[in-house]
Amino acid sequence: MRDQRPVVRVTSPGRPAIHEPLPTFAGTPPFPEAAKVALADPQLRRNLRMATTTIRTKRARAVEECPDWEELRVAGAAIKDDVMARLPELLEQLESNVVAAGGVVHWARDGAEANAIVARIVRDAGATEVVKVKSMVTQEIELNEALALQGIDAWETDLAELIVQLGHDLPSHILVPAIHRNRSEIRDIFRTEMGAAGRPAPADLGNDPRELAEAARLHLREKFLRARVAVSGANFAVAETGTVMVVESEGNGRMCLTLPDVLITVMGIEKLVPSWRDLEVFLQLLPRSSTAERMNPYTSMWTGVTPGDGPQVFHLILLDNGRTDVLSDTVGRQALRCIKCSACLNVCPVYERTGGHAYGSPYPGPIGAILTPQLRGIARHPVDEQTASLPYASSLCGACFDVCPVRIDIPEILVHLRTLVVRQHGWRAAFGQEAGMMRSLGGAFGGPRRLGAAERVASVGGRVVGRSGRIGRVRLPGMLGAWFRARDLRAPAKVPFRRWWRGHARDRDGGGGGG
Amino acid sequence: MRGIATVVAAVVKVERADAREAILNRIRAAYVDRPARVDVPRDYDVLTAADIDVVELFAERVADYRAVVHRTTEAGLAATIAEALASRSARRVVVPTGLPAAWLASVISVDQIADDPPLTHAQLDGVDAVITSCAVAIAVTGTIVLDAGPGQGRRALSLLPDHHVCIVRADQIVGGVPEALQRLDPRRPLTWISGPSATSDIELDRVEGVHGPRNLDVVLVDPRRSVQRPR
Repeated sequence: MRDQRPVVRVTSPGRPAIHEPLPTFAGTPPFPEAAKVALADPQLRRNLRMATTTIRTKRARAVEECPDWEELRVAGAAIKDDVMARLPELLEQLESNVVAAGGVVHWARDGAEANAIVARIVRDAGATEVVKVKSMVTQEIELNEALALQGIDAWETDLAELIVQLGHDLPSHILVPAIHRNRSEIRDIFRTEMGAAGRPAPADLGNDPRELAEAARLHLREKFLRARVAVSGANFAVAETGTVMVVESEGNGRMCLTLPDVLITVMGIEKLVPSWRDLEVFLQLLPRSSTAERMNPYTSMWTGVTPGDGPQVFHLILLDNGRTDVLSDTVGRQALRCIKCSACLNVCPVYERTGGHAYGSPYPGPIGAILTPQLRGIARHPVDEQTASLPYASSLCGACFDVCPVRIDIPEILVHLRTLVVRQHGWRAAFGQEAGMMRSLGGAFGGPRRLGAAERVASVGGRVVGRSGRIGRVRLPGMLGAWFRARDLRAPAKVPFRRWWRGHARDRDGGGGGG
Repeated sequence: MRGIATVVAAVVKVERADAREAILNRIRAAYVDRPARVDVPRDYDVLTAADIDVVELFAERVADYRAVVHRTTEAGLAATIAEALASRSARRVVVPTGLPAAWLASVISVDQIADDPPLTHAQLDGVDAVITSCAVAIAVTGTIVLDAGPGQGRRALSLLPDHHVCIVRADQIVGGVPEALQRLDPRRPLTWISGPSATSDIELDRVEGVHGPRNLDVVLVDPRRSVQRPR
């Protein structure tokens, strides 16, 4: 669609215009290759391990406090399934309630249509910039890039999004998009980049998080006070009342949702809940799963416009952009329950090691591995190689399902999508050889005699690999080669477990250690 | 103005006619399996257990967010508010319409600014503190909810000043989130506040205070309590 690369327009006076392409996820290599790059970065792995370990522990504590957690999960899943079952009626109900409360509702089939609507509203308001609340959906449709092409500056105001934007970088986590950056990197970005975007950072800025947050507060305050148009996403919208809701921590959301004259909210059509009461489930599930708190610091809810309080013009854009494709797959459909909490990222052994960029979309981790291919239409037509590699970005360990607050069976969908990939591309396709490999491994693990044979072969192979103690640097032919291109494995033990066990059992009790 | 509005409405109509029908049709086409309406099992707790002291729990949970909690009675309220303001050396404080005048009886040598006529954002940004009441408070999550009612003012009032003093009466405190939603009116603009503004965006290290008020004082008025010094 895009034949012209968007550029960063630097608007501050006295500086030459810098024309630099805005980074996008386009061109990310297939997952195994992208992961290899990430795995080679020890700093990245340290940052990620520390962050995911911390938040995992915190989340477990927050969830333990709720004796009815499982009942909440079951209710959350059912509410979302109900939404998916009667979307047309609920969307029309939401629309009429928002309009009755003084809002304007737009419908957009895809990102280009949504972006055009936003740009038109901004131009009609006579503005050349917008302030933005952190939003996944506007990343998905690359709104900032589209606005840049129209000469409109979009300022991210969430601290992590600001770090990503000033660093000409891409987000790598749903909740903490700059999780791959440590404090010194952030200080350097603020020192060198803030001046070009507005109020510069103090020259002696240190790397204490408190100091960095203060620099962001001062930098953004002037933007909040002058902004005339804001853009947000939505965590939930209530069909029954027309109420839209945004959860956040810093207060940047409140600034955007309260101070400007015009508010534009872009939301995916799946973000609905039927009734006001349903929020009682999600206002418990989301904060504890996401930031691992009993409640996030700020939640804003508004219904249309309120005279004398907040924006007096409110536009709500209802976006499809592939969601109806997801809906058409009866197995994959449950991915639309997702409330973007990011708990599945934090428990995923693959995400913890590769980080978010390797997934090539704003939705990383297990949820990204199932959502991105479906949004890109895998249920309807063959997809590109990078997209087709995503369902393989998992060890199928199932930790993601266990923490998912709306009980999305991510492993089930991963396996389902793998079969779609194999059906569409053939199992011989370069990335898909893994599926064939799984099949032959399935055969090997299918019976004790064949497993024994496979172990003996592997053991010999392991000795060939020798000193490095790892398989993965050796080029192997054919299907084996494809398997190991994506994996480093410890070399198999010299004595296979089953043989060791037989010998051991004989030594201990005179034979016959059963299997 | 009316001319522009008519043009905008016409454009919206044309764009909608296409996209709206297309999306609704796509959804209907996606229902290959004719999914049925789902009954929601609500086996989770809706009411808080009777043996839980919601006032004590609320005080404890608010303090967990590193907000300052003051316990007082109706008689001690004015003095407590004055002390809370003084603790951060507030010199200029914005007072929303409908805040009981008696609450401000002990607030002396502080400029009290009314939002009538409405203050500009720049003016609000220059104010040190704001005093508000609230609509509902939630014990389990340590949350106060503002609904722009009397004594609370429009949303910007409790956002731009760096110090928010919020008065909560014991009878406004409910146990959990479900009870709070039952008391709230979705047609009003709602702001749920759980502690001061915070971020964990840098190495997941929690920092209190980014854009919202960095200091939150919650004054808890509990008639059961005899007057005591605020913490």
